[in-house]
Amino acid sequence: MLMNLFKFKGGVKPPTNKTQSLGLPIAIAPMPSRLVVPLHQSIGGTPRPVVEAGDKVLKGQLIGEADGWISAAVHAPTSGTVIEVAMHVQPHPSGLDAMCVVIEPDGKDEWIVREPVDYTSLTPEQVRERLQQAGVVGLGGAVFPTHGKLTASKTVPMEEMVVNGAECEPFITCDDLLMRERAEEVVRGIGIFRDLLQPKKVLIGIEDNKPEAAAAMRAAVEAVGEDFQVIQVPTLYPAGGAKQLIRVLTGKEVPASKRSTDLGVQCFNVATAYTAWRAIAHGEPVVSRLVTITGNVHEPRNYEVLIGTPMDELLKLATPHPDTDGIVMGGPMMGFLVPRPDVPVVKATNCLIAHSDRLFPPKAPEMPCIRCGSCAQACPHELQPFEMYWFSRARNFGKTQEYHIFDCIECGCCSFVCPSRIPLVQYFRFAKSEIWAREREKNAADQAKERFEFKQYREEREKAEKAEKLAKAAAAQAAKKAAEAAAAAAAGEAPAPAAEASSPAPVAEPSAADAEKAAKLATIQAAMERAKAQREAAQPKNTEHLTPEQQRAAEEIESRRATAGLVPPETPVNEKSE
Amino acid sequence: MDILLAIAIMALGAVVLGAALGFASIKFKVEGDPLIEKIEAILPQTQCGQCGYPGCKPYAEAIANGEEINKCPPGGSEGVQRLADLLGREVKPLDAEEKPKQVAIIDENTCIGCTLCIQACPVDAIIGAAKQMHVIIGQQCTGCELCLPPCPVECIHMEVIAENIDSWKWKYPVVEIKAAPIKEAA
Repeated sequence: MLMNLFKFKGGVKPPTNKTQSLGLPIAIAPMPSRLVVPLHQSIGGTPRPVVEAGDKVLKGQLIGEADGWISAAVHAPTSGTVIEVAMHVQPHPSGLDAMCVVIEPDGKDEWIVREPVDYTSLTPEQVRERLQQAGVVGLGGAVFPTHGKLTASKTVPMEEMVVNGAECEPFITCDDLLMRERAEEVVRGIGIFRDLLQPKKVLIGIEDNKPEAAAAMRAAVEAVGEDFQVIQVPTLYPAGGAKQLIRVLTGKEVPASKRSTDLGVQCFNVATAYTAWRAIAHGEPVVSRLVTITGNVHEPRNYEVLIGTPMDELLKLATPHPDTDGIVMGGPMMGFLVPRPDVPVVKATNCLIAHSDRLFPPKAPEMPCIRCGSCAQACPHELQPFEMYWFSRARNFGKTQEYHIFDCIECGCCSFVCPSRIPLVQYFRFAKSEIWAREREKNAADQAKERFEFKQYREEREKAEKAEKLAKAAAAQAAKKAAEAAAAAAAGEAPAPAAEASSPAPVAEPSAADAEKAAKLATIQAAMERAKAQREAAQPKNTEHLTPEQQRAAEEIESRRATAGLVPPETPVNEKSE
Repeated sequence: MDILLAIAIMALGAVVLGAALGFASIKFKVEGDPLIEKIEAILPQTQCGQCGYPGCKPYAEAIANGEEINKCPPGGSEGVQRLADLLGREVKPLDAEEKPKQVAIIDENTCIGCTLCIQACPVDAIIGAAKQMHVIIGQQCTGCELCLPPCPVECIHMEVIAENIDSWKWKYPVVEIKAAPIKEAA
């Protein structure tokens, strides 16, 4: 059982403050007055709402359908009526709105028809599908859809599966109590993951400040008959970071911009394993989670809370002290003050800390960086926070990336140790979101450029096609004209004998086609004769019966016209007719 | 004799180096002007023509030939700054008002399906056919406003793109400045 443990560099030891909320067992939170369930609760695509205002829903009924593979479904946390599908403020540092389904509970808490299955009778593909449909996501805080992590790499053999029960952040005890009270189901959930990924070893890492949880897990592993190793790791923040725990348990260091799966390691949270087991073996989608309610309250405790419960209603259960002035979601190291007290609990909410200045005294003002290097010593990722700080501060984002700002896990160790009280993580978050925004803009610009160039190309092509078409039409026209001219030339010879012999000779034409042609020509000829006759009939009659005087005047005019080079009016008609 | 040898050696060297240079100029020829490409990469590619040129590339060419760098309103003052950094020129205030990012929206009740906006859109972000309702693909719209003037019924309007959780950015940490306690002179 003795195992060689490894160390990660850096880390800090903040006061753990965990005992306060460990005194009482898990309690079921009472039904809130209404539930506001955000649709987007996991990384990846935003689920599409499948209910409307006025719909009656049952507990566990699908209300948001997964959009794409990396996305997880969302379910009604209790039975009741959908009041609206609308934008509501999110438990997010931005304080912005997102689409939520608001449900008024009917108090019956009536389940849908649950379909427990024996997962060994399903294919791995079906198990993943079921987990996605049940909305199982990583409950450690990152809320990555779990089914997306359960496909073994084809190239790298799966060596170790690390199960994260470290729970390193101060104040939070929900995983601790889960392992104490529901260890068997956690172990069975880990069994599902093990069967899907088939790693050589399964390592369950628990910080050594949770001996009861470790003991419960060991007993459960034995009771279920698995060969998982439960390992107590030294209490050091952030031992619960995925890369840190992997380092401690396996000695493998995940390189920058690589994933642990590239090294044959995959990591899951204990609460995720628990929800996976509930989803598969009980047919219950993720509609609740354990939340530690602690901080500036009389009765800190862990509650099983329905997703969508407003935080202020939840906090009242622990009777906060009167000087409470805010709610921190998450721990004191990585958590944030929620924008409003009535924002809902989501799948990522592991802890609510009632905030007061007594508990978290306001930081003294920031002082200039003295380049002491404490932050670099504390950084669990061996980054150089002071360098990244200067470049973020100067908005020199290219340089921050050279210092690997995207490997920063925002654990807050650097801010914790900084003797100048510089909010380093805030600078890094600022730099990261600016870089992302730039990336988005760049992508949009590239796309616009591509589309613009294609439009230009298309217009050119259309123009060329049109020109070609016109040229073709012109050529066809020319060919037609040439053919007509040839026909006219042939016809010019034909009418002469026809006119001479008025009709008898052409009757002996050999072919029908020629006969037809001749008939046509004859009709043309006849038409021309008629036209001539008409023209002659329509000749101005005022030139007849002229007096000799008028005759002379006319002749005079004619001669003048002739000398001026003008053709007398009668001549063209005569020429044509001849 | 020595001098002839020296001249011969120098001449030979000249020939060899000349040949090498000539070969390199053919083999490693750079197509197009790399500076224009770098400038164009900074421009926002809205193809809006607000700079007075028919698109971003012509403006990039003009900048390379000495045109002012502050004529691109969609690029904003940050774009001017980056162009100045690239070209080693002085930063100038933008020659127009800076606007937030916008998207065009067609009022479907008013649209008569004339296709004029479709022809005007530089990035083909409008779908529709003659006498059919048109619609703008929001993600592709660059907010260039080129579709506004051709519309005979003025059914297109611009809307500022609101911030959402995905596009939200962490703000620059603000250092609180507090008045120092005034010490009385002893």
